[in-house]
Amino acid sequence: MSNKHAIIEKNSILMVVLILIVVSIGGLVQIVPLFFLKSTIEKVEGMRPYTPLELSGRNIYIREGCYLCHSQMIRALRDEVERYGHYSLAAESMYDHPFQWGSKRTGPDLARLGNKYSDEWHVQHLINPRDVVPASVMPGYSFLAKTKLDYSNIGNHLKTNATVGVPYSEAMIKNAKKDLESQANPDGDDSDTDALEERYGPDSSFKTKVVYRDFDGNAKMISEMDALISYLQMLGTLVDFTKFNEKATIR
Amino acid sequence: MENTSTMTLEKMIMSLFLVVATLLTAYAGLNALDNIFGVSMFIMATAFALGVAAIVTGKFEDTDTEYYNYSVVKAGVIASVIWGIVGFTAGDYIAWELAFPALNLDLQWTSFGRLRPLHTSAVIFAFGGNVLISTSFYVVQRTSRARLIGSVTPWFVFWGYNLFIVLAALGYVFGVTQSKEYAEPEWYVDIWLTIVWVMYLVVFLGTLMKRKEPHIYVANWFYLAFIITVAMLHIVNNAAVPVSFFGSKSYIAWSGVQDAMIQWWYGHNAVGFFLTAGFLAIMYYFVPKRAGRPVYSYRLSIIHFWSVIFIYIWAGPHHLHYTALPDWTQTLGMAFSIMLWMPSWGGMINGLMTLSGAWDKLRTDPVIRMLVVSVAFYGMSTFEGPLMAIKAVNSLSHYTDWTIGHVHSGALGWNGFVSFGALYCMVPWLWGKKEVYSLALVSMHFWIATIGILLYITSMWVSGIMQGLMWRAYDNLGFLEYSFIETVEAMHPFYVIRAIGGLMFLIGALIMAYNLWMTVKVGEEATETSMQPAIAPVAAE
Amino acid sequence: MEFESLWAFKETWGLIFLFLLLVAAFVYAVLPGNKDKFDEAANMPLREDDDNG
Repeated sequence: MSNKHAIIEKNSILMVVLILIVVSIGGLVQIVPLFFLKSTIEKVEGMRPYTPLELSGRNIYIREGCYLCHSQMIRALRDEVERYGHYSLAAESMYDHPFQWGSKRTGPDLARLGNKYSDEWHVQHLINPRDVVPASVMPGYSFLAKTKLDYSNIGNHLKTNATVGVPYSEAMIKNAKKDLESQANPDGDDSDTDALEERYGPDSSFKTKVVYRDFDGNAKMISEMDALISYLQMLGTLVDFTKFNEKATIR
Repeated sequence: MENTSTMTLEKMIMSLFLVVATLLTAYAGLNALDNIFGVSMFIMATAFALGVAAIVTGKFEDTDTEYYNYSVVKAGVIASVIWGIVGFTAGDYIAWELAFPALNLDLQWTSFGRLRPLHTSAVIFAFGGNVLISTSFYVVQRTSRARLIGSVTPWFVFWGYNLFIVLAALGYVFGVTQSKEYAEPEWYVDIWLTIVWVMYLVVFLGTLMKRKEPHIYVANWFYLAFIITVAMLHIVNNAAVPVSFFGSKSYIAWSGVQDAMIQWWYGHNAVGFFLTAGFLAIMYYFVPKRAGRPVYSYRLSIIHFWSVIFIYIWAGPHHLHYTALPDWTQTLGMAFSIMLWMPSWGGMINGLMTLSGAWDKLRTDPVIRMLVVSVAFYGMSTFEGPLMAIKAVNSLSHYTDWTIGHVHSGALGWNGFVSFGALYCMVPWLWGKKEVYSLALVSMHFWIATIGILLYITSMWVSGIMQGLMWRAYDNLGFLEYSFIETVEAMHPFYVIRAIGGLMFLIGALIMAYNLWMTVKVGEEATETSMQPAIAPVAAE
Repeated sequence: MEFESLWAFKETWGLIFLFLLLVAAFVYAVLPGNKDKFDEAANMPLREDDDNG
């Protein structure tokens, strides 16, 4: 016995192997099952991939580090459910690469922010938060309204998401640019928005919602503000909790 | 001189690698789809080309005459001090931003969301990482009585690592981020760090293997566990698919719950192996060395090592209590977090008791005082951590400033102070000086920083617990008593106190920088018999 | 072989195996016979100075 640890102490390679064994098991036990267990991957009705515009908005949310002050994870605690709404389901972030649960609430949770405020409120709030919430400590993001959204490569973004497992169809990838434009600027004829609904909305296989309008109130340009607000307005709105069966996903 | 041929081979391989890397990055830069990616690629190409030039013109020859490779350690020490000040400044600035939001300046580059990763990366990876690289290179040489292997490779690790930091920081300010906390750099930076890290392992392990001592000293175990585990965590957590090989954006391979679990498995163990195991290695070398006494119990250090690395790796899920993560995972994480308390305190006792019989040094030597207080902070944070991992406590503390306070009692008190102590020890040893320029200034640094830390953590305790209680407060009609914004307003005075505490910590670090600078410049030369001469003879062969 | 059973195996025997490994490290650490070796190892950071004379 006593000689054995001496061997470890004297043999650096053996030590490397032992350390690796010890540290990898802890991760395996906890992480691997999450890929298989029913409750963590079970589908919930209403979930769909982000539209190209929402995905662009989500990337702005990530770029600006919003997750550092806002969580998107309502815990199953009484006060949180009363303040923010139904607790978050695992399935609600199933298409999130990466997840945006956050770890700090310098500002409120945003998991169910969608439809709580008007687009105008969001525009004002993002330009100068203290115009609508005087005590807010949030930075202003006035540049979003002035910056044109760069979506030249959006099809490849959807394609990459498909590579990592998000169910974007060929048609979604091919029409990404068009779908983005018709969601943010639905001035054209109805066929554009019909096509969008067919891919992401009630007529799609996901049988869920998609909203389209000029989110930032400036029809001349599809801005980063359009994209971000389209994302903020859909957060937590996909699953219909009036029809949701609690027992089916009990944890 | 039997090394001559292998050194040449090393230089040839390294030059070849750098030439290929220069061409690849220059090509990627010319075809870049976005500006930051293009600029990053050209920075890399320039750095690699400079590396080739340095090798070809023999810039790495001059250090080869000394027995130990101290020049790369010195470079690491200088980088640590500079990055430390950058990181503390960024941290204090964003602390003021939370107290006075006008300081965000309404510019994208200076908003809290962009500067916060800059702060965390600068203190953890730039400051902490350089401290770990330089101390590990120092300790592994001294305790192995062997020179670092290679002549270019250690420099590759140093410059490569600092290049990683520059690329990461550039990305943050201009909005290139993966949004995974403490792993924000995008795919191209992650790949570069992986290469550097493998070379770090090669240098460290290679030096250990040619040691002239029968045993591997316990500090080196901790360094080894730190290097290996961080490599594993980094690769798994950062698995991603880039949208294009000519652009900065990528999508993480994992999604939702799995991604959350992997992220906090990473996040927690980055604390466990980067900020704990790595810095414990510093404790196990520098405390005995400075005190002039062997570690209190070598037995305890063996127990400390194996139980820390065994238990730590299981504790990650305590970051996700009451979330959509399965309950059994949460419970497992909580149980292991509580178990972690014991070995941590074993380690603390081991560090503190090393001073037994020499307690007077606490009074006479401010460097020892700094090291000992760092170990005390280690004990405090490792008691608070398991407490906060208990689900009932966590339901209150999570999402609040209490977490921020907890992190900083560990980061400022433990990591900061043990690093400062090591720097105060190493600078005179490396530059052949008798002692630091001014022990009085060390003492001043100690007191200013200590008061700063206390202001920081007490204000965050109060604000965190208050915020948690306000969120769950009900009025007598059964409604939530406070709107969210009322809880934000209540934080204001504590945010100001915290920012003042951080400022004091920063001032302490500036005093240290001055003191170390003066040590190098005007410090009294060490005599022959002083404790750490620059060149050691090859006595043991 | 179902994943669930594999996982159950790891959860039980894997944990026990690791636990035994840890116990082995503890036993090694407290065995009285190792005292001299530990003393020698503990003095390594200090001993290097003597060599330097």
